[in-house]
Amino acid sequence: MENLMSACCSKCTHDQSDPCKDYLLCRTEGPICHDSEECRAKRQALIDKVHLSAEKSNRRVLICAGTGCVASGSRDVQQVMLQAVKDAGITDCEVSITGCHGFCEQGPIVIVEPEGVFYGGVSADDVEEIVEKHLKNGELVERLFFTEPNSGDKDKYYRDIMFYKKQERMVLKNCGHINPEKIDEYIVTGGYSGLIKTFTDFTSQKVVEEVKTSGLRGRGGGGFPTGLKWQFTAQAQGDVKYVVCNADEGDPGAFMDRSILEGNPHAVIEGMMIAGYAVGATEGYVYVRAEYPLAIKRLERAIAQAEEYGILGGNVLGSGFSFKLKIKAGAGAFVCGEETALLNSIQGERGMPRVRPPFPANEGLWYKPTLLNNVETYANIPIIMEKGGDWYASRGTEKSKGTKVFALTGKINNTGLAEVPMGITLREIIFDIGGGIKDGKKYKAVQIGGPSGGCLPEEQLDLPIDYDSLISAGAMMGSGGLVVMDETTCMVDLARYFLTFTQNESCGKCVPCREGTKRMLEILTRITEGDGQEGDIETLERLAKSIKNTSLCGLGQTAPNPVLSTLRYFRNEYEAHINKKWCPAGECKALTVLKIDPEKCNGCTRCARNCPVEAITGEVKQVHEIDPEICTNCGTCIENCRKEAIYKG
Amino acid sequence: MACQCCNGSKDQSDKDKQLDAVFEKYRGMNGALIPVLQAAQDVYGYLPKEAMERIARELKLPFSKVFGVATFYSQFHLDPRGENIIRVCLGTACHVRGGAGIFGKVKEVLGVEDGETTEDLKFTLESVACIGACGLAPVMMVNDDTHGRLTPDKIPEIIDKYK
Repeated sequence: MENLMSACCSKCTHDQSDPCKDYLLCRTEGPICHDSEECRAKRQALIDKVHLSAEKSNRRVLICAGTGCVASGSRDVQQVMLQAVKDAGITDCEVSITGCHGFCEQGPIVIVEPEGVFYGGVSADDVEEIVEKHLKNGELVERLFFTEPNSGDKDKYYRDIMFYKKQERMVLKNCGHINPEKIDEYIVTGGYSGLIKTFTDFTSQKVVEEVKTSGLRGRGGGGFPTGLKWQFTAQAQGDVKYVVCNADEGDPGAFMDRSILEGNPHAVIEGMMIAGYAVGATEGYVYVRAEYPLAIKRLERAIAQAEEYGILGGNVLGSGFSFKLKIKAGAGAFVCGEETALLNSIQGERGMPRVRPPFPANEGLWYKPTLLNNVETYANIPIIMEKGGDWYASRGTEKSKGTKVFALTGKINNTGLAEVPMGITLREIIFDIGGGIKDGKKYKAVQIGGPSGGCLPEEQLDLPIDYDSLISAGAMMGSGGLVVMDETTCMVDLARYFLTFTQNESCGKCVPCREGTKRMLEILTRITEGDGQEGDIETLERLAKSIKNTSLCGLGQTAPNPVLSTLRYFRNEYEAHINKKWCPAGECKALTVLKIDPEKCNGCTRCARNCPVEAITGEVKQVHEIDPEICTNCGTCIENCRKEAIYKG
Repeated sequence: MACQCCNGSKDQSDKDKQLDAVFEKYRGMNGALIPVLQAAQDVYGYLPKEAMERIARELKLPFSKVFGVATFYSQFHLDPRGENIIRVCLGTACHVRGGAGIFGKVKEVLGVEDGETTEDLKFTLESVACIGACGLAPVMMVNDDTHGRLTPDKIPEIIDKYK
């Protein structure tokens, strides 16, 4: 046996043209149709080689190769590690890459199994020490342990880190623990068993029922019940149907779909196949953003491997079900995340939304019935099929089941991906998992749900997160991006930022979105530039309401949300900008003045020497002064002052 | 601009041949326009008008449609681009962590504005909405390499590496 799927002996008759339906089970639990100790031993040896469980004694050094860690230099670490292990004559230890652990802040991440020792921020220079101390002599390299930002404690093991402790990783379970480029590892850790179970125990209709029982709602943002969507597509009339995966993750601040595709691509393939079986489709498309080259590469490789093993293709595992999967690379348009725009884009058109109804379930890709779900939604399906809809429904809250992956970014200590049960509070995510606000600053707001979402202030921190609670608080789940802001972020400027984005990305098909967002942006820009007028807030509210009510698609219908939610919770900041011509956060350059604190200034002259416009005057060892007439607010003096004596006021 | 008056024609016909291969691959396929435009852009580095006209003829589509699609998506470019594409992320996470400062510094170092190419055709600068590496904000991509945790003073060094 060369790999997990090659025949163990001549009795194995599996062939791609004549597939055996028990093939996968045979490899993981068999041999089934014959009882040969020799085959069993061969199979077990292969499983042991790829198995990662902590009970096994085999040692592995796992190096994260997600985009974040690669950008921080994990490829070098991998190269040096391979060589160093070889040079040290260590033969019982495999060096392997994995997908994203989600803790990008700490990259490059190296995990040593089976103990699960976690090393963060590893550079190529640290490798020798890890090999010498840890791999050869069994001593741990303490200086590379993770330090908890709140308590200052050092964590030896992966499982002890607060960032992971509060999570419930289901979709991300494999991310960071298996090599996404090897299908064997996915299979050995239980992959494709949901698919086998589907084929053996379920009719198409029963699959739909099971998904309905699970209570899964679309993870792309809208939260539409997934089972219901499947039912509509299954019931739609048509000889040809399609399954489409939306991997056009355009929300600024969200990267969960990317990590799932990079770290666990087979879960998405498996989910889509189950969906195809349930709705009666034999062809699927994954629409991936072209900005994600690594995700595309991993997915291509995963598809090729699944085809080679006879898992994807004609007569899958002797079930009589055939499924073909293709990748379509996007061409850069945020609006293509909207389902009908995405379908137009696959068809080679401009990515403009269609009027609904008819919905894609009845008239989707090439006007045939189409099931369209997001990456994370599909990745949940194999879990539901394997463990059952009831089991899944026991997780989460009454109306939002299961877990949700959030992308934690912004002014927070532990940025990264966190998968948590629905119903967890914002405070737990931001302060326990996220480790609190960076540099000891004060929490101000969290922007949740990207350009379609809203900003939630401190008084909403104990809000249990689910689809409905977020909507009533003025935000929305969106794809799950959480951008945390501290006191130095101006909320008016943030609203302007989002409007700039949506206005740029509006496809232009309908007037409210095309013209309305433009007018709103003009007003916001004026306010941040110090030209706000009385009545601006009311005009913004009026425009927001009509854009929400009259736009054709989700982009326009949600574009005003960031403005409305900042107006709801931070109206005083808008008023300060308009009435007092003052930016309380000190971010809007036209509305802030740089000042020198005479108590702190020791007259070192660094500010004056570095000021590009010579706005600062003062004698050596005397308190300096900034001339507001000349000052351009560039902030060079703040960066250079060692006494922190210069502030924005 | 480098001299393009001589030795250019041979290159050009090579590229045209490559485009033929693209048509062979996609002819008759549903929804081929976007992949064909992507492949053509890979061949030429951008989408010259002549190439778009050929695409329209070969795929039997009106030129207006080809042009409409090419101008709709931000990844298609109608002008020659630099050898290295620098994409500075101005997504939300980068925005709150100082992405604008990074963008400003890159503009200063290259001496070009958003969407422009340096005179020596070495670099093209673009701002993008999010490249999904928010954990490392602020970030930029040079070609397919992601550079994270940037500060303005790191910029000249990174750009030097690609010169």
